Amino acid sequence: MNHLISVLVENKPGVLARVATMFARRGFNIHSLTVGPTAEEGMSRMTVVADTPEVEQITKQLYKLVHTVKVTEFEPGQAVVRELMLVKINADPKRRSEVLNAASVFDASAVDIGSSSLTFQVTGTPEMLADFLEMMRPYGVSALVKSGRIALAKNSKTKAAAGP
Amino acid sequence: MSEQLTGAQALLRSLELEGVEVAFGVPGGAVLPLYDPLLDSSIRHVLARHEQGAGHMASGYAHASGKVGVTIATSGPGATNLVTPLADAYADSIPVVAITGQVASSSIGYDAFQEAHTWGITAPCTKHNYLVTDVNDIPDVVREAFHLAATGRQGPVLVDIPKDVLAATMTWTGGGTVNLPGYKPRSEGHHKQISAAVKLLLESERPVFYAGGGLVRAEASQEALAFAKAANLPVVTTLMARGVIPDSYEKHLGMPGMHGTYAATMSLQKADLLVTIGARFDDRVTGKVSAFAPYAKVIHVDIDPAEIGKVRNAEVPIVGHARAVLSQLIAELAKQLDGEPAPKNQPWIDTVLGWRHDNPLVYDQRPDGPILQQYFIDELSRQMGDTAIVCAGVGQHQMWTSQFWRFERPNAWVNSGGLGTMGYAVPAAVGAQAAMPDTTVWAIDGDGCFQMTSQELITAAIEGFPVKIAIMNNGALGMVKQWQNLFYDGRLSGVDLSGGLPDFVMLAEAMGCVGMRVDNPADVPAIIEKAMSVTDKPVVIEVVCDPEEMVFPMVPAGGSNDDVVLNKDGLK
Repeated sequence: MNHLISVLVENKPGVLARVATMFARRGFNIHSLTVGPTAEEGMSRMTVVADTPEVEQITKQLYKLVHTVKVTEFEPGQAVVRELMLVKINADPKRRSEVLNAASVFDASAVDIGSSSLTFQVTGTPEMLADFLEMMRPYGVSALVKSGRIALAKNSKTKAAAGP
Repeated sequence: MSEQLTGAQALLRSLELEGVEVAFGVPGGAVLPLYDPLLDSSIRHVLARHEQGAGHMASGYAHASGKVGVTIATSGPGATNLVTPLADAYADSIPVVAITGQVASSSIGYDAFQEAHTWGITAPCTKHNYLVTDVNDIPDVVREAFHLAATGRQGPVLVDIPKDVLAATMTWTGGGTVNLPGYKPRSEGHHKQISAAVKLLLESERPVFYAGGGLVRAEASQEALAFAKAANLPVVTTLMARGVIPDSYEKHLGMPGMHGTYAATMSLQKADLLVTIGARFDDRVTGKVSAFAPYAKVIHVDIDPAEIGKVRNAEVPIVGHARAVLSQLIAELAKQLDGEPAPKNQPWIDTVLGWRHDNPLVYDQRPDGPILQQYFIDELSRQMGDTAIVCAGVGQHQMWTSQFWRFERPNAWVNSGGLGTMGYAVPAAVGAQAAMPDTTVWAIDGDGCFQMTSQELITAAIEGFPVKIAIMNNGALGMVKQWQNLFYDGRLSGVDLSGGLPDFVMLAEAMGCVGMRVDNPADVPAIIEKAMSVTDKPVVIEVVCDPEEMVFPMVPAGGSNDDVVLNKDGLK
């Protein structure tokens, strides 16, 4: 099962490698991982989607890393979750408008156009991205890249996972 | 007061401020800027013959003294040779700080001579590590490294410093400070959990105190014994905990697990409550986890939250420092008893003491037969009483030492438990002797283990550490041989050393030590006395042992602890 974990870490050199190494060492499978700066100086936030039945051990092992400041596990519905996808759809000139129409339903914007393909930028929930892909599949998806999920707690309803 | 120092001088000044008196190391190109001012430092440098030896010396020093051990190595191979001792110290939560040189900052990443990605290689086998890129960071990094090594769940910390950073100058403005916003080890346990633990304890009828090495690291020996007595608890001490509660405590059942005593192993199997403190349900203790202690609820006290629930679910988890939590438990017990005596649980106590009485650790030393390792260790322990520190390598001799040595105090047992590092004993003994110059330090070693790190004999001789080493020579990698005999139809593969053993007596003499040999059981007491009479040099005794003797009791790997086998016949 996928767990969505938000990790506040000190922005020190190698902190991503430490987290990644720990996941590998403990046999936790990473589905996606994003990292970037936060509103707080010197802090980064990692959003990890881990495929494991053992989320408590992940939380505890993350806390063991010296640069980890706070670990939050989001239950479904507790966070706003978004993902960005760039996807190249096969679309020769004859089908271009058909593809563009379909994409507009998802607020997907065409960001590049070629002689036989269109590249869309799609932002939304993971479910929405999946729906978009499902709809485009008949035209042919020739390439795609995803940012990985990012998440922010809704209001203040989340509790931090038990700290050290 | 501010003054200009090189990075190396600042490093040494910082180490001196931490109270470091001795560092075990091997120099090299990248640490040249460090070894020069080392000549002017109050820190004694002990020149090991191999970085692995230096690392284990630091660990042995920490084991015996409770203080942080320090080791120094150069970049590249110097640092990679430290990987084994770091992994060893990490597995056993031993406080060690390793200082490694790194190639110059401008060369990092260019595959320079003696360059290795030290922090990347050592990140998974240290509690934390640093690559220092700014000379001004050195005081803070050293302060943090010692703070991390010695607090919380103790462990090794590595500080990697490029050569140019060691040589650069900085303004010294006083010692470093700790700035670790995410690091907050807990001391006291949660009071509700303390209360719940004591309630569960008073409801139990078959409790056992499962005492682990964390009690040694937490210096909680007195509190552990007081708690055991106050609650009438039978006690088992794990390999890492031997001595933390004296073996002479009337309800001490010995070591549990794969080669533990019948009484200790069986008490866990039949208990209705485990009071687990500073232990981690290691596979050598539990055997098959699903069959381990099937009737027991668990109170689990550990300073590392990740240990709680990792292997075995705990009904009452308590995160805290063992000494603080034990004091809380003792006070809470008195409060809940409210003047009444603690439950005697007499039927249970009678049962476990009956097991202990009926299933003692035994050996059969025939006067005309070869020396049994157990007999030598038993006799050595008898002569030493509780005065000596004893170190061991890994294998049969280690298990026999744990079984037959009479442990009466903590920090007197130095061994490689978690990682199981062969070759640990000799360098660890040197480190222990450096920490405790007035205490007799014995290393019980195997002929296989000894050959892995025997070059440190000369370190012991030259540096004036009169350790005493007894090689249990059975001409084989004995524990592996035992498994091949028991589980691989006796097909011995790669375990025989008897065809190519060095002359251990000559080897010892060549290394500046006194060499002795004993092969007759009747001569054992006298050879120990003779070894004890040598005080100015290390002594090596080759004990020519029975090559066929096996360690029992034994729980076959992967088996249930209920299936503990007491002797060779039990396996058939």
